[in-house]
Amino acid sequence: MKISRPFKVLISMGMLIGLSFNASAHRAWIVPSSTNLSGDAPWVTFDAAVSNSLFVPEHVPLRVKGLKVTDPNGNLIDVENAHTGKYRTTFDLNLVTEGTYKIGYASGGLRASWKDKEGNRKRWPGRGQTANDADFATAVPQNADELQVSQSYRTLETFVTAGEPSNKVFNPSNSGLELVPVTHPNDLFVGETAKFQFIFQGKPAVGVKLAFVKGNTRYRNEQNQIDLVTDKKGYVNVTWPEAGMYLLEAEFEDELAQAPATKRTGSYGATFSVLPE
Amino acid sequence: MKSKIFLRLSLVYSLAFGGFSYAADNSLSVEIEIPRMNVAEYHKPYVAVWLEDSNRRATQVALWYDLDMKDNEGKKWLKDIRQWWRRVGRKAEQPFDGLTSATKGPGKHRLSIDLDAKHLSSIPSGDYQLRIEASREVGGKEVINIPLFWPPKASDYPKSAKGSSELGNVNIQLN
Repeated sequence: MKISRPFKVLISMGMLIGLSFNASAHRAWIVPSSTNLSGDAPWVTFDAAVSNSLFVPEHVPLRVKGLKVTDPNGNLIDVENAHTGKYRTTFDLNLVTEGTYKIGYASGGLRASWKDKEGNRKRWPGRGQTANDADFATAVPQNADELQVSQSYRTLETFVTAGEPSNKVFNPSNSGLELVPVTHPNDLFVGETAKFQFIFQGKPAVGVKLAFVKGNTRYRNEQNQIDLVTDKKGYVNVTWPEAGMYLLEAEFEDELAQAPATKRTGSYGATFSVLPE
Repeated sequence: MKSKIFLRLSLVYSLAFGGFSYAADNSLSVEIEIPRMNVAEYHKPYVAVWLEDSNRRATQVALWYDLDMKDNEGKKWLKDIRQWWRRVGRKAEQPFDGLTSATKGPGKHRLSIDLDAKHLSSIPSGDYQLRIEASREVGGKEVINIPLFWPPKASDYPKSAKGSSELGNVNIQLN
């Protein structure tokens, strides 16, 4: 895919700033230094970036703003030592409480795109902006050319566990596309089959397209992507062919939007560490 | 709690140093060989021993790790005894308290499993595996699985198994 350089930069800025819902070869990810930890109040360090190669920071960093960490009790806690460099953001987390932590971004709401009278592509909310659905009527010209309105949600996350895995961080927010584990994401082993459910706006998400790709793509010629689709109840089974860190990218879309939107979309990205036997 | 741990530890130690002759009646004596490694940087391995049924339910037997490091630093690496960590180590109630001792260097080490110990005498009879997992800092990992019937039957013993990298010979006798 050939993309002119200015446009490419624009796409990546969108990913960087708004985690917007753009089709792009680039992949966003958050990778922890360890996913399962022992000992007293262990530390984990994270890389967060958008790149082509997994998990090589070679394009743009994810931003620190909007990053949320939920501790095993369901409380929001702060990361430490956050730094955004040229290609990646890094931050540390002290796992003071035993159990599973969720680290990531979630955003969504009404999104619109159209062409103005000069034929320029317009978007609302603009790059790097967050929008309130209530402002839709005043911010978007209702009779613009090629006006497309959607309810779009995007989530990117990862999980780490101190001691025994716990489940409170998986309590659904009922907003966007969400993972409901049957198999805990911090309890994955090669050769075993993990089962997950996906929900969208709190209801089982049927026909979610999932793509799993193992890291270290730089050192092989094939992506070896595992493509799966959720069943009638939103469930999916994945059998891990090799140990390693995997990126999941999942996409869901339906027509059940409420006016003024005409479709609903949800994207979900997460990293999963699969351990060797 | 403390005194119980001490009692259990002293039992294990006396058996380890005293050899078979002092082993209590009704015990499994497990001799585990830690191989000598020809490496520039050697650290004694962390070793865990547990009994596991076909449903991955585990009963702790022994754990050798750096238990006397400052600020419990030794516990930071317990997760690297990966299979044991998943089944036993990470559980909130720390079932390995009282079954631990320091890491051991190259050589043969004896462990006595007291079959009358409460946590062992209460497990249902059936087919189990005795699993021995070693994990060495800047080194490899290895798990040896030895199928056995519980409670142990005299006709099944002695038993032996052999590791290929991080563990050497394992010999089990019923006393």
